[in-house]
Amino acid sequence: MSYGPNPWQQTQWDWRAAVNFMGGGAGSGLLMVTALAAVKGGAAAALLLLGIALVGLGLACVWAELGRPLRALHVFFNRRTSWMTREAIAATLLLPVAVVAAVAAWGGVDGLQWAAAALALAFIYAQSRMLQGARGIVAWREPRVVALLLATSLAEGGGLLWLTQPWHGQGSPMAAWLFGVLLLARAIVWLGYRRRLDGHAAPRALRALDGAGRVLLIGGTAAPLVLLLAATVAGSASSASLALAGLLAAAAGAYLKFSLVTRAGYNQGFALREVPVRGARPFIG
Amino acid sequence: MTRWAMVADLRRCVGCQTCTAACKVTNATPPGVQWRRVLDMEFGEYPQVRRAFVPVGCQHCDEPPCVDACPSTATRKRPDGIVTMDYALCIGCAYCAVACPYQARYRTLRASFAYGEPMESETLTHDEARLAVATKCTFCVDRIDDGLARGLRPGVDPEATPACVNACIAKAMTFGDLDDPDSNVSQLLAAHRHFRMHEELGTGSGFFYLWDRGA
Repeated sequence: MSYGPNPWQQTQWDWRAAVNFMGGGAGSGLLMVTALAAVKGGAAAALLLLGIALVGLGLACVWAELGRPLRALHVFFNRRTSWMTREAIAATLLLPVAVVAAVAAWGGVDGLQWAAAALALAFIYAQSRMLQGARGIVAWREPRVVALLLATSLAEGGGLLWLTQPWHGQGSPMAAWLFGVLLLARAIVWLGYRRRLDGHAAPRALRALDGAGRVLLIGGTAAPLVLLLAATVAGSASSASLALAGLLAAAAGAYLKFSLVTRAGYNQGFALREVPVRGARPFIG
Repeated sequence: MTRWAMVADLRRCVGCQTCTAACKVTNATPPGVQWRRVLDMEFGEYPQVRRAFVPVGCQHCDEPPCVDACPSTATRKRPDGIVTMDYALCIGCAYCAVACPYQARYRTLRASFAYGEPMESETLTHDEARLAVATKCTFCVDRIDDGLARGLRPGVDPEATPACVNACIAKAMTFGDLDDPDSNVSQLLAAHRHFRMHEELGTGSGFFYLWDRGA
């Protein structure tokens, strides 16, 4: 680690923290999209369980990153100001509600999906604000990171819905259009977020983000949209195209978040607003 | 009210790192952990090069991002402005470390010593409670509290003053009460032009840098 004045990559949060954002985002997105796309029955139950499994995977990874994991319950102590506490509270409510919603959906009762979706929204919002609260990291504290994580969450959720569509067989044309809108929204939010970092973030952070951004725009947006269009034109023989589109959308979003946490986490270093005046002053005639 | 603050005179600091060494000895920080460190910064291009030595560490902010971030309330701010750590509450999530714009926080996951095996002094000062949790400069809060209890004046009486300030060979660092207009720090700030690091972030740092005499 360098202690110089120039920005350096933070090393406190590693891939385990990144998995929390990747799993939490995709999982909560899937919970929300499952409700929005009106998936029903056993398919809804499976998707809900997949969603909370991803959220749980992320939380398990971040738990493994704790210096004192046996004190993990202390995470609930500061609900007044800490978004990490609020994320933990939202997760604690989300997991049982999503399990109950899955069981209910399996039994033919679909209404509880909306409760799980609402809690998933609360969870991903808290997680997004948590990243924004890391004010030591330039690319994280930018306020638009909240919209970015929300948008990626929904797009990844849509991606997972269509990735698994050949198996569960649900997904209406309206849901396909919704997926397309979510992809476009994510790309637009990404471009807005990236523009705000110009002149602020360290060049190496921007290079890391730009690499992931290109993957997001080409592999995670343009390619899935083309596949989506092709599937729409092709009609019923489209599930493979849609699944591939879903895979690309989810993978690109995950890669963006991995890069954001592990490669673009540069602080701003140190800077002096004024240079000390020492010795004789220059003569001013 | 009292608001403890630090003033560093950038014109006086010679970058000798005596404050860093004094802090390490007093607080028994492990290798690689410097609660008080001094940056060596260069400005300009040859031949118009300027150099500055800049003491940094926890800035004991008015609005500390680390306090808001901390999920366990291990990090707190006292009414006198000192930001404290409760090692028994900390879960070691390092959220405070990424929330701090001054890179003042450390997390040491396992014990380490200067020469591998602990020396006698390290054995005496090693504290398991400080492993795998966040640590940072405390303004030597134990010295301040103990000194106040004995009727001493922090920033004036060495026994009640942070170790880095006592050790400074150039009197570049001064500690005192910002709310007392007659205190050493208030007098220095009134007589000199000064700034705070990353002021644009609105953290209200309690660490002031003098860079020129008063206008």
